[in-house]
Amino acid sequence: MLEHIELFFKSIFIDNMVFATFLGMCSYLAVSKKVTTAVGLGAAVIFVLAVTVPLNWLLDQYLLRDGALAWLGPEYADYNLSFLSFILFIATIATMVQLVEIVVEKFSPSLYNSLGIFLPLIAVNCAILGGSLFMQSRDIQTLGLAFNYGLSSGIGWFLAILAIAAIREKIRYSNVPAPLRGLGITFIITGLMAIGFMSFGGMLTGGDEAAPQEEVVAVAPTQEVSGLTADATQQDLTQKENGTVQEETPATNNLINE
Amino acid sequence: MGILSKKDAALILDPLADNNPITIQVLGICSALAITAELEASIVMAVSVLFVMGMGNVVISLMRNIIPSKIRIIVQLVVVATLVIVVDQVLKAFAYELSKTLSVFVGLIITNCIIMGRFEAFALANGPKRSFLDGIGNAAGYGFILVVIGFFRELLGSGTLLGIKVLGDPIEKTGLYAFGYENNGFMLLSPMALIVVGIIIWVQRSRNPALIEEN
Repeated sequence: MLEHIELFFKSIFIDNMVFATFLGMCSYLAVSKKVTTAVGLGAAVIFVLAVTVPLNWLLDQYLLRDGALAWLGPEYADYNLSFLSFILFIATIATMVQLVEIVVEKFSPSLYNSLGIFLPLIAVNCAILGGSLFMQSRDIQTLGLAFNYGLSSGIGWFLAILAIAAIREKIRYSNVPAPLRGLGITFIITGLMAIGFMSFGGMLTGGDEAAPQEEVVAVAPTQEVSGLTADATQQDLTQKENGTVQEETPATNNLINE
Repeated sequence: MGILSKKDAALILDPLADNNPITIQVLGICSALAITAELEASIVMAVSVLFVMGMGNVVISLMRNIIPSKIRIIVQLVVVATLVIVVDQVLKAFAYELSKTLSVFVGLIITNCIIMGRFEAFALANGPKRSFLDGIGNAAGYGFILVVIGFFRELLGSGTLLGIKVLGDPIEKTGLYAFGYENNGFMLLSPMALIVVGIIIWVQRSRNPALIEEN
């Protein structure tokens, strides 16, 4: 349960598709002029991601990854078809989008009217393929987590496009320098928003503790050799001393930060 | 440009400046910005896109009369995906470290909007030679922006270019660092890529007021 909650918030805020990895940037810039259309596209992205990521997870698990074909019999256990993942993922996405479009049109015309025009656009949205590829490279363990990952990444994308659309509606009344109007200012605003979103990075620090500890171990011997105390981190000392001390400065700074 | 007529030359040269895919057509930003923290990765990405676009445009252009228009998107996706698999396997074989850095972004060339955009807008309606030139031109325009961003981010962020310390050694305090210069580590973070693109757009549109948008 805890890992589900962690993955959920991590995908929405820390690894936000738009602000951390720039996925789906084209539609993000093209369809964010009005809040209503942005909401429509955002909802469609959530929906398609939540469907395709678990589906591609199954494909990856039982068809593509190293040894995935073992369920067919021991003689198939050596196959590694992962080089086919791009083509299979994109085919799944394109067919799913088409299928979803047909089903939605049949059973819910009102939803189709609001989502429908965005669905074909989504087949070539990098956020969708990116979701599946990140699912594969981050080695997500269970089908439930894959669904969770798709859903929460979609929500993160939705929040991002909603926020930029709202800002763009307001900025129309501002006096932006002429060459920056339209595209330029949108890029810069997105950059500033991404810097803002970086502050969420401190929310979950569970996984990051291992790396600095290794550095501490590595530093210890050099300290003994040069016989320096913690005071030795002063800049002036490192400048006049020899190579061993100079190497030490960044490492000991890390120690102090901890 | 002896072999190329004026019109053909324009196919290559236009996307480099006034019809640039990134800053004017707003295509292909998706997979590009995250990998521009280093110049080397930017160059490799630019070359990969150049290959995929040139080849893809030719293939689609050759098949343009036999592709049924209803399923053209999936045909295009299959063509691009095949070419991208080639690029990915070559990178994994000959530049493994780099392919780790680029990670999923090589795969994301498939959904790079420039490629689909050029297939739709150009290759489906023109012959193979012109399509090839168009593909090369647009990929070069894209790659040019990528290299510019990569250049500034690596230079200002870590003081190196292609891994060579051009500004002196930050630890031994040589070169510029002797005067108290510090690297701006902020340039290495992903948000700065967006701001650098914003500035490029600003410079480009100040130089050519015809490109300024309404609104």
